[in-house]
Amino acid sequence: MIVCITAKGEGADAAVEPRFGRAPYFVFADTEAGTFVSVKNELVDAAGGVGPRSAQVLVDHGATILVTGQMGGNAATALKAAGIKAYSFGDAATVAQALEKYTQGGLSEIL
Amino acid sequence: MKIVVASGKGGTGKTTVSANLAYALARRGGVTLVDCDVEEPNLHLFFPGESEKKGVPVPVPAIDPERCTLCGECGHFCRYGALTVLKDRVLFFAELCHSCGGCTLVCPAAAITEVGREVGVVETSHPLPGLTLVSGVMHEGEVLAPKVVAAAKEAAGDEGRIVYDASPGVACPVIETLEGTDFCILVTESTPFGLHDLDLAVQAAAALGIPAGVVINRSDGEDEAALAFCHEHDLPVLMTIAFDREVAAVQNRGGLIARDLPGWEERFAGLWDEVAGRCEVKA
Repeated sequence: MIVCITAKGEGADAAVEPRFGRAPYFVFADTEAGTFVSVKNELVDAAGGVGPRSAQVLVDHGATILVTGQMGGNAATALKAAGIKAYSFGDAATVAQALEKYTQGGLSEIL
Repeated sequence: MKIVVASGKGGTGKTTVSANLAYALARRGGVTLVDCDVEEPNLHLFFPGESEKKGVPVPVPAIDPERCTLCGECGHFCRYGALTVLKDRVLFFAELCHSCGGCTLVCPAAAITEVGREVGVVETSHPLPGLTLVSGVMHEGEVLAPKVVAAAKEAAGDEGRIVYDASPGVACPVIETLEGTDFCILVTESTPFGLHDLDLAVQAAAALGIPAGVVINRSDGEDEAALAFCHEHDLPVLMTIAFDREVAAVQNRGGLIARDLPGWEERFAGLWDEVAGRCEVKA
């Protein structure tokens, strides 16, 4: 299973980022392989439409779970249609902590 | 002759100048007044009357699921996020689409055709003898203001005297309004904000090669800053409207000073003559 966590930087130790579409990085965690792939978000400064375009990045990387802070309406529509479930990272500070809380079932579903 | 009334900043009295100018011209052989402030058109409030409505369609993609291979080309091409390619279908966000047509070009399976979607309407009326009012009205929640502006300009045609009332600011709808016109009247007030935004509007008109002049509105008689700005930028001051109790009273009840106060109709007619003289185009 691929879990995407929005982050301020690269890797498992990066701080989590509350924004979805304008998150600086998407960290894709492969829970079976135990690997982390960080993808720089090219849309941070884009004028608009970042929600659906970010959802496209998740689809392209095969993510089925998103852990973030918040998202807009178009992002929610796209993620929902793509069958990607979204969770709030709550008080987790880093990507690794957010992933751990998710796997333990300690995060609340936002979508 | 086609002239634009613009301002850079909202609330400077741009609509006041357009409406009064149009009133004076209607009495002098006719004019077409075009409301290009499509997000908030308000000239019809000065000139009520029955109007004819015509939809403004823009092309948007329609995807044939039989042909689509879900390759993702369209979604990656669209910089506005209007297309998201999922595992089993393509999701289209109509309100994000800018109608560029790129997705139909990049689709390798020829699965995309373009269909029309209405983003606004153009209303045409004849509220006074000699006056044709064309208003562009964008539907709520839409973003393609320039398309509605272009449709309103097209509906107004090319003949005779045309006055375009631009939207505030210097964004795309204003540039679309300025395109192909002969002169730009910039309405300003002598405040720091007014002059800052006037500067932007002056630059926009200059970039498009359109000559411009200034109307100072709500003048308290201390217009040194505005006059210095105009002098510095080689802009003629075409008219000054004083901040006057009588003028304000007419404006507040939604009246036209060119109709309700003596002398103003002549002054607005004079404004047009002044502009015509500067354009060297037959007025």
